[in-house]
Amino acid sequence: MNLSDEQRALQETAADFLAAHTNARKEADADAGLWSRIVELGWAAVQVPEDLDGLGLGPVELVLLMEEMGRRLARTPFLANVVLAQTALLQAASAEAQQRALAALAYGERTATLILGPGLDAQPASLTVKARRDGEGWVLAGEAAQVLDDGLLTHAYLAARIEEAPGVALFELAVDAAGLSRTPLEVWDLTRPQACWRFDEVRLTADARVDDPTRVLAGLVRTRVLAALQVAAEQVGGAAQCLQLAVDYTKERVQFGKTVASFQAIKHRAAEMMVRMETARSTVLGVAARVAQGAQGNGLDDAALAAEVAAARVQATEAYRYCAQEAIQLHGGVGFTWEYDPQMHFKRAQWASQWFGPSRDWREALAAHLLDAA
Amino acid sequence: MNEQEFRREVADWMATHLVGRFACLKHRGGPGDEEAFPALRKEWEQELAAGGWVGLGWPKAHGGRDLPLALQLAFHEEYVRAGGPGRIGHIGETLMAPTLIALGTPAQQARFLPGIREGREYWAQGYSEPGAGSDLAAITTRCWQDEDGRWRLQGQKVWTSLAHESEWIFVVARSTPGSVGREGLSFLLVPLDQPGIEIHPIRQMTGEAEFNSVFFDGAVTEADCIVGKPGEGWKVAMALLGFERGVSTLGQQMHFSHELQLVIDVARANGAARDPAIRQRIADAWVGLQGLRYNGLRMLEEDTSSTKVRPEALIYKYAWSNWHRELGQLAMDVIGVAGDVRSDDDALRRLQQVFFFSRADTIYAGTNEIQLNIIAERGLGMPRG
Repeated sequence: MNLSDEQRALQETAADFLAAHTNARKEADADAGLWSRIVELGWAAVQVPEDLDGLGLGPVELVLLMEEMGRRLARTPFLANVVLAQTALLQAASAEAQQRALAALAYGERTATLILGPGLDAQPASLTVKARRDGEGWVLAGEAAQVLDDGLLTHAYLAARIEEAPGVALFELAVDAAGLSRTPLEVWDLTRPQACWRFDEVRLTADARVDDPTRVLAGLVRTRVLAALQVAAEQVGGAAQCLQLAVDYTKERVQFGKTVASFQAIKHRAAEMMVRMETARSTVLGVAARVAQGAQGNGLDDAALAAEVAAARVQATEAYRYCAQEAIQLHGGVGFTWEYDPQMHFKRAQWASQWFGPSRDWREALAAHLLDAA
Repeated sequence: MNEQEFRREVADWMATHLVGRFACLKHRGGPGDEEAFPALRKEWEQELAAGGWVGLGWPKAHGGRDLPLALQLAFHEEYVRAGGPGRIGHIGETLMAPTLIALGTPAQQARFLPGIREGREYWAQGYSEPGAGSDLAAITTRCWQDEDGRWRLQGQKVWTSLAHESEWIFVVARSTPGSVGREGLSFLLVPLDQPGIEIHPIRQMTGEAEFNSVFFDGAVTEADCIVGKPGEGWKVAMALLGFERGVSTLGQQMHFSHELQLVIDVARANGAARDPAIRQRIADAWVGLQGLRYNGLRMLEEDTSSTKVRPEALIYKYAWSNWHRELGQLAMDVIGVAGDVRSDDDALRRLQQVFFFSRADTIYAGTNEIQLNIIAERGLGMPRG
């Protein structure tokens, strides 16, 4: 879990760049510019294998980037395009589809999102769009009520239910497909835009189906688990920023003739934030390192991977919620205002606590793993 | 050496040695269970020493094996996995010895290290006093030199773990009359078996007595039994505490893992495993344990970056002690009314000990409140009040 010099350099670059360029409080017309800068920096190519023209790096590098993006609440398609769409292709798609799409997703020719069930649930029963055969091709019908969609997308990868085995297929479609309508939603967390996608008899050609049927089910579940680890990193970054904001503010704010940071009641709250955030950070980094080792062949099976990620995810979720609430409290009255940042983290923390499954679901899955084994 | 081979070597050794008369020591001893078989556990220490398992991280020049951290960690993990008993010699091996190796004279090293390494001499820690708990620098135990140079001590130490099982105690005492705080202290090595010392057990809430009060009434030690110079005692005392966050803490996590497994076993046996609220809490305990584990691994990494504050080291004690206290409560909630009755069952006894003894975890070695102060001041740069 020791970071290499290259990894440290990436972390520093990301921290500096995002501190200077975050768009969290800018209008949406700044988003495309930020995203193209990020693509130029190569961040979207990080996990694409070298033989597909990517950088061939892995979950540790992604974790470092996601932590910095979470800290600055950057509004970009990185989560949708890299953490979700690319991972789904790597885990569940045919070699041919990977060849066709991954480099395009890595270098900005395409920008995609991933559509699973609500909150990116990967269980087949949760999928709300159906696909039926139509001659050589397919027809999609249904609605995905909340899709990660910031308006910069060119494509989507959609898991739809199908009649035949294995019951689920992964489709690739362009956002201008006939019969597809996207309605932006008025969301609380303005840094994580969503839209409602309606599929009204969307016709696709045969080659739009990109999954490898032998691994699509397990691959999508694995995609969600791997993405949850990355979101945990983003949550850690957000929690770290909440702590930083609270400490900075309490060191400035004077009451009773002293900075409020010198009061023990305040110090203990900030220290508790640090304990939770740093423990979550240790776990996220440690699990990412284990996953990276696994990619080299001495790894975790799916159950062990899910358990390790559950630990990272639950800690990160709870730490971020705690730190966001405490950041508001430690700012006093201004913590409740639009102008100060804690409210933005509070909203992001809430978003992140529900998408990819709430803590109680991860805990119950862990309990089943720990308690119900034969 | 290959780590897996090394692990197998440890496991094989444990499997062939923690048997026969030592078999009753499996998973026994350690904080909360120190009254279990102390004499036999000392023999076990000598068995370990003969096997070459004491002083793994010490330099070879001092009789150690100079093993890298990864192998030391592997030893601790395999040791606990095999049910290795709580180490009665840990204060000597993991606190006194590294301090002597770093700051002691060659004569002190030659005098004391072999006794520690061979499991012949045991050590106690004389820091806290009735008036110096969280405010450790408020020490009032005095020490002075007789004309022949020998040191004398007058005062009282308290919460002294295992003093009744030890030959020696290291003591921080005030050598400069009238000094206050961290100035004017000295770090002395004092034999416990002498007329000037009385050891009184402190009966704790479990009914057992692992701690003691140690009274010094003109107690004596040799002139050269001082580590560092007179007046440098605080520096030595703090250096020693720095060794406390060593590899041995990762062995502690294997104990925790064993305890959580006992909770799981009980829950499965008595049906608590079907209670949705208990399921959430058991899962959370496992989550928390992973946090401790990864935090510990992060802490043990070689720090190549700089002298920057290590947040994971600052939060470590607070995190594990609070986790452990919660585990104790969870265990008793899983056990239910049967927890009211003192049990000889291996699992129930251990979990009852955890429940009660873990109340001390958040008090000794820096209370929760002191830990939070340290985290805020050193970790976050918040001003002292």
